[in-house]
Amino acid sequence: MSAAFETRNTVDTLATQKYKYGFETDIAMDEFPKGLNEDIVRLISAKKDEPEWMLAWRLKAYAMWRKMEEPDWARIKHPPIDYENLYYYAAPSGPAPKSLDEVDPELLTMYEKLGIPLNERAALAGVAVDAVFDSVSVATTFRSTLAKSGVIFCPISEAVREHPELVQKYLGSVVPVGDNYFAALNSAVFSDGSFVFIPKGVRCPMELSTYFRINARNTGQFERTLIIAEEGAGVSYLEGCTAPQRDENQLHAAVVELVALDDAKIKYSTVQNWYPGDENGKGGIYNFVTKRGACRGARSKISWTQVETGSAITWKYPSCILQGEGSVGEFYSVALTNNHQQADTGTKMIHLGRNTTSTIISKGISAGHSNNTYRGLVKIMPGASGARNFTQCDSLLIGDQCGAHTVPYIESRNPSAKVEHEATTSKIAEDQLFYCRSRGLSEEDAVGLIVNGFCKDVLKELPMEFAVEAQKLLAVSLEGSVG
Amino acid sequence: MLEIKNLSASIGDKEILRGVDLTVPDGEIHAIMGPNGAGKSTLSYVLSGREGYEVTGGSATYNGENILALTPEARAAAGIFLAFQYPVELPGVGNANFIRTALNAVKRARGEAELDAVAFLKLARAELKNLSMPDDMLKRNVNVGFSGGEKKRNEVLQMALLRPGLAILDETDSGLDIDALKIVSDGVNALRSPKFSALVITHYQRLLDHIVPDRVHVLSAGRIVRSGGPELALELEAHGYVGQEAA
Ligand SMILES: Nc1ncnc2c1ncn2[C@@H]1O[C@H](COP(=O)(O)OP(=O)(O)OP(=O)(O)O)[C@@H](O)[C@H]1O
Ligand SMILES: [Mg+2]
Repeated sequence: MSAAFETRNTVDTLATQKYKYGFETDIAMDEFPKGLNEDIVRLISAKKDEPEWMLAWRLKAYAMWRKMEEPDWARIKHPPIDYENLYYYAAPSGPAPKSLDEVDPELLTMYEKLGIPLNERAALAGVAVDAVFDSVSVATTFRSTLAKSGVIFCPISEAVREHPELVQKYLGSVVPVGDNYFAALNSAVFSDGSFVFIPKGVRCPMELSTYFRINARNTGQFERTLIIAEEGAGVSYLEGCTAPQRDENQLHAAVVELVALDDAKIKYSTVQNWYPGDENGKGGIYNFVTKRGACRGARSKISWTQVETGSAITWKYPSCILQGEGSVGEFYSVALTNNHQQADTGTKMIHLGRNTTSTIISKGISAGHSNNTYRGLVKIMPGASGARNFTQCDSLLIGDQCGAHTVPYIESRNPSAKVEHEATTSKIAEDQLFYCRSRGLSEEDAVGLIVNGFCKDVLKELPMEFAVEAQKLLAVSLEGSVG
Repeated sequence: MLEIKNLSASIGDKEILRGVDLTVPDGEIHAIMGPNGAGKSTLSYVLSGREGYEVTGGSATYNGENILALTPEARAAAGIFLAFQYPVELPGVGNANFIRTALNAVKRARGEAELDAVAFLKLARAELKNLSMPDDMLKRNVNVGFSGGEKKRNEVLQMALLRPGLAILDETDSGLDIDALKIVSDGVNALRSPKFSALVITHYQRLLDHIVPDRVHVLSAGRIVRSGGPELALELEAHGYVGQEAA
């Protein structure tokens, strides 16, 4: 997914696209030895010039991780991951670039190929981009423009050095270091990611976006994102991801933390298109991600929108902790699996404050031999008088070799709360397909159209230009699933 | 020209069409009438390529091409259009987007230039006006929440925009009020040309007051049992289908 788009509409070109981001970039890299131990953690920290407190934080996380076990409750299957056979740090060699002019031209070309011009003059108007290549942020655009309104948008490694008071206050405050196996691992070895701070009363003047790219072989990617919106602040943030096509599986374990104070609004959109593996299930990214937002302030709002089409395995539950009175959590999700992909995804809405509301709209599409599970928790705590939740969970099956599963957990400890849950499972009807085809649409185009219609309630939540890209992505990802 | 010769078709092991013979030359409009369950819709589906219908004998060609070998979309590209007896709902799919996608798919297959969104809207609005349909018909989801009559008008809108060479209208008049009947008929008549032909399936003479057919055929128990001029429809209206099989 790109930050710049051609609005081509010919589905013809789509039909031949397959995974178009599967190329490799040849660039000189620094890598640490394989495997994970305290020394590696220290090396990463040293490489980043981190202060002592940051290293101590990482070491604590590392010690906790060592004592933890990989979770096994999700409906996914994979051979054991050999954590000692991974590289935990890979970065373009040489000193970090200070400005865009210093970025390796080979890298700029690669991002251009992905449709993300990092050159500010060529960039999509109104979108600032942070580009993360393997473990490091290689370029962040429009920083000075943003700085004028007091917005900080920079690599998190830089924030650790330049804004330690903010990082120390908020890092790990939403996802504690020992929250879960993958979050602990990330806390120990994260090497970069994006940091966003929107000060009191400021609406961020542009869309912010981070573009993640895994390139190096056998390398885990562990990025960390932290977004803080102070009182009355607002921001819309988008992340996109791709990786080269490789036969072996690669691990991606990210952590995203959002904090919204009184009346703040954060909209976080993801278009996830990591390499999904080939049609026989060989290769692909293992995507184990912890995303959580804290609505700390009254009337604050956090909205997650995700379109998940990539990865061999997706394990991810973007959640909201609704603490502030009258705060609002939203989760809009499209998860599409094809071939041998497995997705176990959903959300958690934890209602703590009075009159908190949450909305969950999940659309799962399964094709091929894939498995797609929605797993959601709505928890109403005793203090959450007047809390309300609405959940709508729809599954669409294409073919009869795939599976769709819905696992909703509802826990209400306040009698005044109202929780509504609706779920449907359907197949694309033969008469719908025939109706479209009798009008001249090919079977694949007909399926694409019907699937996009099925996802409309979620896609309309995406920023306009990304919605167009997401629609195309859905059509491409379904290729070969019919006929 | 549409040429159907001794066409038989079944659903599962149930034989529905039992040797249909029918020729519709270009420039002509033919009406098909016949009792419920006679196989009229089945004939329209077989001609447009719906799955589940097995052709067990005979042939059907359009402009000399064996259409039975083509996919439904290839038949659409060849100029065949079916207005459904029961139009299908497509939740979440905008009507304008749907029709434009269809139109461009057909144009592409015919080697014509595609229409961008602006050009399409201009064209579609003009057709809506001809059909006295409100603009919001384009914004709504395909047939979702449409009244019976609106669905039928939406079929005619699609036909008007796709400009088929052969239109098969399956009971497009059912469920229409008197004004709508006139509008829909005008829509069909507007397409009349030496290159256009139509098969109009109907139960009612009143449609044929507006769309005057060149020929009227009676389909009964899977076969054309009688053919005649427009006056045949009047006779059927007066006497019903009783005894038609024997004719
Ligand atoms: N899917 C099906 N499975 C079994 N029988 C079917 C199926 N579809 C149609 N039939 C049968 O085939 C016969 C012809 O049906 P068809 O719909 O073609 O009739 P029709 O002439 O269009 O009738 P009407 O005037 O009521 O629309 C009927 O007996 C009907 O029950
Ligand atoms: Mg019928």
